[in-house]
Amino acid sequence: MVGPALVLLVAIYLYPLARLVVLSLTGADGGLGFDAYRRFLESSVYLGVLLRTFRISLIVTVVCLVAAYPVGYVLTRVGAVPLRIIMVLVLLPLWTSILVRTYAWMVLLQANGVLNNVLRRLHVIDEPLRLMYNETGVVIGMAQVLLPFAILPIYASLRNIDPRLLAAARVMGAGSWRRFRSVTLPLSLPGVAAAGLLVFVQALGFFITPALLGGSRVITLAMVIETQVVDLLDWSLASALAMVLLVVTVVLVIGFDRLLGLDKVWV
Amino acid sequence: MSRSVVTLVGVSKAYGRTVALNNVSLDVAEGEFVTLLGPSGSGKTTTLMLIAGFERPTTGEILIRGESVVVRPPEKRDIGMVFQSYALFPHMTVFDNVAFPLRTRRLAGPEVTQRVDEALAAVRMSGLDGRYPRQLSGGQQQRIALARALVYRPSLLLMDEPLGALDKKLREEMQSELKSLQRELGITTLYVTHDQQEALALSDRIAIMNGGDLVQVGAPLALYEHPATDFVAGFLGDVNVVDGVVVEVAGGPVRILITEGPEVLTLAGPPVATGKRVRVTIRPERLEIAPTRTGGPNGWRGRVREMTFYGELVRYGVDVEPGLVLKVTRPFHGQGTLFAVGQEIWLTSKPDDWRLFA
Repeated sequence: MVGPALVLLVAIYLYPLARLVVLSLTGADGGLGFDAYRRFLESSVYLGVLLRTFRISLIVTVVCLVAAYPVGYVLTRVGAVPLRIIMVLVLLPLWTSILVRTYAWMVLLQANGVLNNVLRRLHVIDEPLRLMYNETGVVIGMAQVLLPFAILPIYASLRNIDPRLLAAARVMGAGSWRRFRSVTLPLSLPGVAAAGLLVFVQALGFFITPALLGGSRVITLAMVIETQVVDLLDWSLASALAMVLLVVTVVLVIGFDRLLGLDKVWV
Repeated sequence: MSRSVVTLVGVSKAYGRTVALNNVSLDVAEGEFVTLLGPSGSGKTTTLMLIAGFERPTTGEILIRGESVVVRPPEKRDIGMVFQSYALFPHMTVFDNVAFPLRTRRLAGPEVTQRVDEALAAVRMSGLDGRYPRQLSGGQQQRIALARALVYRPSLLLMDEPLGALDKKLREEMQSELKSLQRELGITTLYVTHDQQEALALSDRIAIMNGGDLVQVGAPLALYEHPATDFVAGFLGDVNVVDGVVVEVAGGPVRILITEGPEVLTLAGPPVATGKRVRVTIRPERLEIAPTRTGGPNGWRGRVREMTFYGELVRYGVDVEPGLVLKVTRPFHGQGTLFAVGQEIWLTSKPDDWRLFA
């Protein structure tokens, strides 16, 4: 049974990856070289895009973790029925088209969109807030899409905490804040780290949401790759950029594994 | 010395229609080691949870040092607790685990260090401060859990089957250590177990529980010798149970005709009415087994049905009548003293060794 599985793995993952490496090393003239990588490193534009992609991913990750932790905590405290209801609400976005959701955010966030209109009617603001075609809009949209990937690992790690540890802490005189700070929080950190990794890695390669909500003002690496392939037909540079993203991701995953053990991501 | 540390007055606990604890009253004195003993579901853990404050009694009063604590949360009860699972914090070192209750009490750093060192020394675990719980054996984790429960000198120590997860030999070692440590520190202890030998070995008093009721409380020897019910007799140690009818109460000994056969049994019991159906019990070690009839009023013929060798003990099953098999245990005194399966023997017993339950 190992044989066919190996063939499948090679066909689906290894071969395309190898093609990507070869493409990134193939110049316009068909010769092999690091030309594409040199062009990437020499251009401040591409480096700027890479930096912005990291910055946005990092902000999205932080926003997701901060929003997800209370949800995960509440999930461990409620009965079976509310648990199921909240769980469905958490997962519902995952079953909805990401394109539809992003357009929905555009309806909500644009200058004469739902949010701005409501705020103006309530006289909270006079001028419409700029919530789209900037990093704010991109972060809002991406965080909403990626939130379930933060909630689930955090909930799993919180649920795995032995309630007897909290009972023990309580008997020893620890009040609720002390119990949270000394027991719950540290024991849930592997879940937080796993959630952060899942969100960050996905955010790095995000395309649809930044493209629609950020427009031409917020260019991310995935958008540059798309432009290179579709408009400029520069497969070499596109592949080199994809490789940079891949290498960074792999380095992050390995670092995480060294630090905490990758098996904890999926518990 | 006899000041009570914890007092339960008519405590009941119901979960919906299920009664987990039924009108339990108990008093634990300063320095005393009291064990709640009973089968699972008897209410012993519920009692512990009520005293710790994790549950609230449906009715009744719980006093700690004379003060009602029914509405006081666990963190304000000044109780130490050792869980069967030890409940050591996996992300903290041994030192931080034992220091935890001191730090919640905001003790100064040097005093924390000193008290932790003392506690670790008391459980003979000095030098393991920097280890994590997962690096320790079950017995070591047990000791750390004990040190953590003792380090803040709580007024009461609760232990919920703390030795249940250890193997037999280690369990016996820990029993004697636990007992000497408890004596040395004079800490008032309420201990939960379903292991009757553990209860006998450790306790000043044992409280036998069954089906949510507190059946009997007393010193180990008193309970063993004078059980209040046949349940207590059977739960604390082994026992033979025989049913019968009272045929004669001649002012002195009671004579009973046993249900299974023609034998008449004489025992020194409480006065009961003639004709009453009763249940009598005798411990297996109190039955004499001999090849020929010896003296005494209760001599029954029997045949050895089975023989089990336990090392220091030999246990026989003896057929006395169809449907009446009595268990007999004897210390092993060498191969020549054994009775063979199928051998005809005599069982004799002293009237004083039988207990009568009307």
